[in-house]
Amino acid sequence: MAPQQSKYAPSRRKVIASGLAVTTASLLHSPTRAEVEELTKTIFEITRGALPRYGRVKLTLPELAENGNLVSLLVNVDSPMTTDDYVKTIYILSEKNPLVIVARFHLTPRAGRARVRSNIRLATTQQVVALAEMSDGTFWQGGSSVIVTLAACIDGG
Amino acid sequence: MRYKLGICVFVGVLTGADVAAQQRPATPLPGSVFQSPEARAMQSDDTSNPAMLWVEKGRSLWTKSDGATGKSCASCHGDLQTVMKGVAARYPLVDQKSKTLMNIEGRINNCRTDHQQAPPLPYESNELLSLTSAITYQSRGDVRLVGIDGAAEPFFTQGRALFEQRQGQLNLACVQCHDGQVGRKLRGDTVSQGQTHGWPAYRLEWQSMGSLHRRIRSCSIGVRAEVLPYGAPSYLALELYLAWRGGSLPMESPGVRR
Amino acid sequence: MAQLPVRIILPSTAKKGDIIEIKTLIQHAMETGYRRDDVGKPIPRDIITTFAVTYGGVEVFKADFNQGVAANPYVAFTTIATESGELVFTWLDERGAATIERRKVTVS
Ligand code: HEC
Ligand code: HEC
Repeated sequence: MAPQQSKYAPSRRKVIASGLAVTTASLLHSPTRAEVEELTKTIFEITRGALPRYGRVKLTLPELAENGNLVSLLVNVDSPMTTDDYVKTIYILSEKNPLVIVARFHLTPRAGRARVRSNIRLATTQQVVALAEMSDGTFWQGGSSVIVTLAACIDGG
Repeated sequence: MRYKLGICVFVGVLTGADVAAQQRPATPLPGSVFQSPEARAMQSDDTSNPAMLWVEKGRSLWTKSDGATGKSCASCHGDLQTVMKGVAARYPLVDQKSKTLMNIEGRINNCRTDHQQAPPLPYESNELLSLTSAITYQSRGDVRLVGIDGAAEPFFTQGRALFEQRQGQLNLACVQCHDGQVGRKLRGDTVSQGQTHGWPAYRLEWQSMGSLHRRIRSCSIGVRAEVLPYGAPSYLALELYLAWRGGSLPMESPGVRR
Repeated sequence: MAQLPVRIILPSTAKKGDIIEIKTLIQHAMETGYRRDDVGKPIPRDIITTFAVTYGGVEVFKADFNQGVAANPYVAFTTIATESGELVFTWLDERGAATIERRKVTVS
């Protein structure tokens, strides 16, 4: 899966606005500017320049992950999941993984409920964002930050 | 480098700490108790425990014919769930014929070579891990009861000695960590009693299922001791001692570990 | 890629209109492409890229994976029990090799 290429480049102002939003949400881990921009850029590529709204998306991750190799994830989107009002796609985005897009989940009204569980990898302590694309074309986001403790020193075998 | 630092910090903690003379923990605690709530939840939910993939694969291997005889495990033994109930809880044991100490892996390979006329499966191969996991799973919740008298006694004595013997560049014995330091943080890990009831286990570090011998090898590497081959007599003896040391703990394999 | 070990948990029967949760696991290393082997040679990326589920021939769920998905991919999702029929689960790796599993559900 290649990161989405968009012909709609986000405006500079929007990028900065969203960058700020992300930074506030993850003050604790002070990501570098480049990382924030990479995440922000990807968000705007997906939304084709539109600013996603906060809310409706609940991303649940453990606050502390003992090993970044496997971090359990639960995403819930508040949606009636009817034929004219449903969640089309949920994007799982990472701030500090080598690739921003971790996974995409495509839903239909037949899901009945917009709820997905999975296990992801996290390279380090960071902010994870779930971005939901609705059937009406709007985007909503929710996030969660995870502290990833270092791998054990007692190993190698 | 991170590795070195962790060990150094740890050795600092150990200075002056006396090795407990106790031979069996007064209250044996399962390994899962020392894991994160997420890992514990995963272990206790068969629908999300990744280890169950190996159990499932082992179930299908059980009925697959193999070797010159064309027999499957099921041809001789019958239904896995019925006949293997509680078996793993009695291992390792001394094999009547060969008079050697045998764990489940050894028993499976003995059946392959002697009864199926098939080549033995290497440790950590997907097949052996799957069969071991499927067989051990049938003992979940069962109390472990291994024999330590008679023919088993010399192996047991050897296992205990190995558990208490200092080794490696760091000059640490198993007992110093798994008795003296229980509950302490060692980098990201919480040191447990070193119980074996959750093994084979799915380890996040390995992103895979692994045998008990692989786990012990990791501990050997940790103290920079000589790493013995899989199935080595010393590891088997340790396996017997550790099985006894767990007292009445129920089996909890396949475990999920950091 | 031969058929990989898979685990699928779903109820075999359901009431029409019920929302059922389906849990899936597949045995795959999801090799990231960032690791090196014992002699320092990079291990090439090798991952499952898509997972799709049809119910009565209609696609009801699909996922695209990157190497950020953990080894032995686990995905749980929901679907409405609409009719008795077959669910087909397909995992595809980067080279296009597929693992396909089928499960029946009886809806009353
Ligand atoms: C420097 C400390 C240290 C020493 C010495 C050590 N280990 Fe460990 N061992 C660990 C740590 C840390 C873990 C992972 C956390 C845990 O489960 O205890 C571990 C895990 C284990 C486990 C798995 C427990 C479970 O429930 O998953 C076993 C079994 C074990 N060790 C056996 C041994 C044996 C046998 C020896 C001696 C050959 C040994 N260890 C020496 C630190 C040590
Ligand atoms: C031709 C018959 C035959 C086949 C095939 C066979 N076994 Fe066995 N198995 C035996 C016999 C006989 C014993 C008793 C020990 C002995 O004499 O080797 C045994 C013992 C065992 C035991 C120990 C049971 C206990 O209560 O201690 C296990 C575990 C086992 N087999 C697993 C397997 C597996 C796994 C396979 C397939 C890979 C297999 N066996 C294939 C005949 C067979």
